[in-house]
Amino acid sequence: MRRKWSGLALAISAFAFSAAANAIEPTAEILSYACAGCHGTQGASAGPSMPSLAGQSKVFFIDAMKKFKSGERTGTVMARLAKGYSDEQIVLMADFFAKQKRTTQTTAVDPALVAQGKVVYDNACKRCHLENGKEFEEDTPVVAGQWLKYLQIQMGEFRDGKRKISEKKAEKVKSLTAADWEAVAHFYASQK
Amino acid sequence: MTMERRNFLKLLGAGAGVATLGLAGCATTNKAGARKVVVIGGGYGGTIAAKYIRMQDPTIEVTLIERNDHYISCPFSNLYIGGLMPDLSSLTIKYDQLAANHGIKVVQAEVTGIDAKAQVVKTSAGDFPYEKCVVSPGVDFRTNEIKGYDDQVMPHAWKAGPQTVLLRKQLEAMKPGGTVILSIPLAPYRCPPGPYERTSMIAMYLKQNKPGSKIIVLDANPDIVSKKGLFLKGWKKHYEGIIDYRPAKKVTEVDNKNMTVLIEGIEEVKGDVINIIPPQKAGHIAHVAGLVGDDGKWCPVRSFDFESRKQPNIHVIGDSSIAGAMPKSGYSANSEAKVCATNIVAMMNGRKMTEMSAINTCYSYLSAKEAVSVTGVYRVNASSQAIEAVPGSVGVSADLSETEAMYAESWIRNILVEMSS
Repeated sequence: MRRKWSGLALAISAFAFSAAANAIEPTAEILSYACAGCHGTQGASAGPSMPSLAGQSKVFFIDAMKKFKSGERTGTVMARLAKGYSDEQIVLMADFFAKQKRTTQTTAVDPALVAQGKVVYDNACKRCHLENGKEFEEDTPVVAGQWLKYLQIQMGEFRDGKRKISEKKAEKVKSLTAADWEAVAHFYASQK
Repeated sequence: MTMERRNFLKLLGAGAGVATLGLAGCATTNKAGARKVVVIGGGYGGTIAAKYIRMQDPTIEVTLIERNDHYISCPFSNLYIGGLMPDLSSLTIKYDQLAANHGIKVVQAEVTGIDAKAQVVKTSAGDFPYEKCVVSPGVDFRTNEIKGYDDQVMPHAWKAGPQTVLLRKQLEAMKPGGTVILSIPLAPYRCPPGPYERTSMIAMYLKQNKPGSKIIVLDANPDIVSKKGLFLKGWKKHYEGIIDYRPAKKVTEVDNKNMTVLIEGIEEVKGDVINIIPPQKAGHIAHVAGLVGDDGKWCPVRSFDFESRKQPNIHVIGDSSIAGAMPKSGYSANSEAKVCATNIVAMMNGRKMTEMSAINTCYSYLSAKEAVSVTGVYRVNASSQAIEAVPGSVGVSADLSETEAMYAESWIRNILVEMSS
């Protein structure tokens, strides 16, 4: 009796395993689709405080997610959600979003601040944030055309020391005033 | 022996679920419905399922059936009740852009039944044959468990729309020094932190507009169900003396004329405005179509693709489904819809299915400017096949946060744009 039961159980268990193996590991698509509720379909954000991920630098995306995951970068929901993914899954998502077409937002900016921000950009930012922030250099993100609100939140966190500044960036931005940070946010937001 | 037998039964359960997995891949015998998907319900789940099927395979014909010509979001409707929004227009979506952008056929009709054998959805606008059907009907109320319940006197406001407007009007008409009663049902119900956000928003409204008023919260649960520490902190900071929270108080009967509620048939509480959130169950159509499980309330589904464990080729997503550790929330429905859509497309094209990966992110407002969040990443446990949270991904905010309120505003913008375009 005992042997009969276990034999049956074994047979069924083998069947269960073979059928489960029929499904593949979560793909880049299924992982990345889940982000769209907050970051917009295929990473094109419609929410002013939420960054677009479409066309973002793969290296930057991976770096940002790993920093959220390790706690090196403080955050709200991202500091928790990043812990839900393996390093391999983060790479898949980075690939997915890097492949999407970059979108720009039509966001109201102050022309005077845009002009002022251009000066700040030329002095402090352009060595790494290439082409007015439209291109990236390895681990620097695409910042052009992001929502103004999002840029203001991030600039504010750099200004207040809440978001850690990389060494090469710290040297460049140490003399920036609050007005400079605000102006450069307007400048990036104005870029298409 | 006992142990082995238990294991055997467990495996048998897993095996039965997996057996349908094999069947589901077979070509349909229903020729009229070939390469057609019918989606029932135009809310957080249905719109996204329809869109993501078409995004991944435009050769599949998708029909979205919804009884209204618009949808009003339940998430954020508490802000309207609290007076932070002039009306519900910013929470209302239409379907024309979604239909045009993705070639989805949107039909305004009442679904009357699903013939699972013939693979046909029956509606007030005729029959719709399908190869796969997605059911996303939200919740329905177990009003029979509250004797005398009348939502025109004591609104639930748990489906956004006229009910939400009625509750706000009642608050506006209440005399200063009045008492509001909010009754919370036993979990599981739609949106675990929702009743506590509503408590906060009503308390904020009372503080600003109705001096001397208070809100009595009668919670059927033994304690605050979600984000407890944060709600208590916010209530202490902003609404001391306004909120009277009472756990383990299940309302079983109401007296509409005398405006009283009865707890467990014994304790009577009187209010000027009474908001009863009744206990809940899967949407009506899920019951009609035989998708509800042994509990008589919710729909058991397979974790990969949310196919019903009761009927083949019908998938149940959102609040109606039993999605393991995932909460009944708008974001869960959005995320589940994408998993379901991706695997429906895979099955209809004879490809392998993909393991699920999903997210929940949910914000609650404590005041006009502060919000808190809860998050989670979800996956299928390889041995139990149940949906579980990935360790470390589940958690709540450290504190009340103005930044999170800004993120919350973008959350609702993004998710509604995703549903409607």
